[in-house]
Amino acid sequence: MTDLTKSFPVKAKDFVKAGEVSIEVQELLKSVGFPPDLIRRVSICAYESEMNVVMHGGDGTCQLTVCPKHITLEMADDGPGIEDIELALQEGYSTATPEYQEMGFGAGMGLPNIQKNADELEVESEKGKGARLKITFHVGDGS
Amino acid sequence: MKLSHIKEILRAQVLTGDSQLDITIEAGAASDLMSDMLTGYNPDTVLLTGLCNAQAIRTSVIAEVKAIVFVRNKWPAPDVIELAVKHKLPLLSTPFTMFVSCGRLFAQGLRGVEGRVSGNVDSP
Repeated sequence: MTDLTKSFPVKAKDFVKAGEVSIEVQELLKSVGFPPDLIRRVSICAYESEMNVVMHGGDGTCQLTVCPKHITLEMADDGPGIEDIELALQEGYSTATPEYQEMGFGAGMGLPNIQKNADELEVESEKGKGARLKITFHVGDGS
Repeated sequence: MKLSHIKEILRAQVLTGDSQLDITIEAGAASDLMSDMLTGYNPDTVLLTGLCNAQAIRTSVIAEVKAIVFVRNKWPAPDVIELAVKHKLPLLSTPFTMFVSCGRLFAQGLRGVEGRVSGNVDSP
């Protein structure tokens, strides 16, 4: 299998399309034929991070890279950034508005759930300068 | 349990997915919190929810939920139903409350996701 890289735009506050990028990622991985559990983990991480960008971030991109040994998702946005990354990684910590909670989100499980499902997670952010997540999944015995 | 059986038990109307009533549902989940659907193991489940927005559909696609039943006669907007059609996700609507819907399905043998992981339906 040759490496595949695909970039998807993610628009802040666009709830009409929110989640469609992750469904595209899910369909693409299914078409390649990866194991269901791996597809499930990648799809959940893509969706959690896409919803984070739509709800809390600025306009951004989701880049999917598929290699024989790794799948990588890089989600970057130019929004207000994450003020305290350590706090954001704690289960239950949320900055969601009541509006987002009415949509079924804001339980403070987004980043912790990404961390749970990923094999590796890097979070870089600075207040006012956006956020970048690099989420890596090992394929088979790859490392 | 077949989705057609769930439809009967819940006296539900089919909003989309008439041709998919023969699919098998392995377990039930009930939540208005989509974050919960992403943290648990929910492939091949039916989701009972009162949340009628597009995120209920997209979260279900990502979590590989097989069908959604809206409780208390809730009925999503046409664009939400269209989204479900696009993703081939059956939608039903039941007059029963969430509590009673869960009880009726449990009484007829449908179990929660806990039992699929541990083999013990009472185990968290």
